[in-house]
Amino acid sequence: MGSMPDDTPGDTGTVLRAILGDVLGLGADQLAAFTDDTGLFGHLPELDSMAVAGLLTEIEDRFDIVIDDDDVDGELLESFGALRAFIAAKLAG
Amino acid sequence: MILTTWPGACPTTAATSEMALAFVPTPAGGAAPDSFACHPGPRLLVLPALFDEANRLRRFTVATMRQLAAIGIASVLPDLPGCGESLAPLETQHIASWREAVAAAAAHFNASHVLTIRASACLAPPGLPGWHYAPHAPSSQLRQLLRAHTLAAREAGQSGSSESLLARGRMRGLDLAGYALGAQMITQLHAESPPPTLPVITQHALAAPGLWLRAEPGEDAAQAARLATLIAHTLPQSATTATCVAQPLRLAQ
Repeated sequence: MGSMPDDTPGDTGTVLRAILGDVLGLGADQLAAFTDDTGLFGHLPELDSMAVAGLLTEIEDRFDIVIDDDDVDGELLESFGALRAFIAAKLAG
Repeated sequence: MILTTWPGACPTTAATSEMALAFVPTPAGGAAPDSFACHPGPRLLVLPALFDEANRLRRFTVATMRQLAAIGIASVLPDLPGCGESLAPLETQHIASWREAVAAAAAHFNASHVLTIRASACLAPPGLPGWHYAPHAPSSQLRQLLRAHTLAAREAGQSGSSESLLARGRMRGLDLAGYALGAQMITQLHAESPPPTLPVITQHALAAPGLWLRAEPGEDAAQAARLATLIAHTLPQSATTATCVAQPLRLAQ
């Protein structure tokens, strides 16, 4: 782990979709339907606190970023778009 | 498949034996040996993933053991004291006590090899050849458990950080994701991020996402078959003949 999969273009949305697919056990068709407005924590019953903790760890590993406790609030996990924008901002430094 | 026991003597309780799941291949045209330890082929000690990952990887672990049996490799999956069917209290366990227990299991089952799964890499008995599957630092797993606890507390309107939680856990122990972890366990998990001591089988080699990532437990027969095949192909053909001194395989009471 620790690096982006070789078979993706590597953009933030694509990699984040792949991670969500791994966590939620979803196929490519279902993931393609994810938009910036798709709700996450509180909207997907599978995403409890344990699953979100796993999701954040996997995001850290694959994007090589560190997510602090203070970064994590309801808004961060509200939607796919919010999480994608957060990661893009972290990557931009 | 046989449910058996091993003497995982726990000094703090009356529990003197632990459970284990064993798969022994049946030779074509012959009777199965009456003891796992006497199985003439490889005898693989499988160490389960830790805590929440043990649940999510349970079916994958056992599916891999079934696949191994089908290709002639015996394997045994012991409960770590305090986990699974164990009567020992989890809160008195720690990494050092688990290492002792694993060494006792390796001796009892006359293991020729070990397969560690995720964070159990740190429990591999010294000197036993084998593999680490997707090794994971116990310190990283603890961090994730602390983060989940902090997230849940915030959802419930409470404040707190992983750092303050860790400090409390190192003093008094913590209940994390339903696991009652003692102060020694928290302290030792936090300190453990050892380099691999055995050849590593990465998740990439199984060509599918790791099932520990799943929010809800899943299974994948193809991944289990790939892991079993990789083990069989890289198994040293020497040093597996049993020098049988062990007791016959007993059914659990």
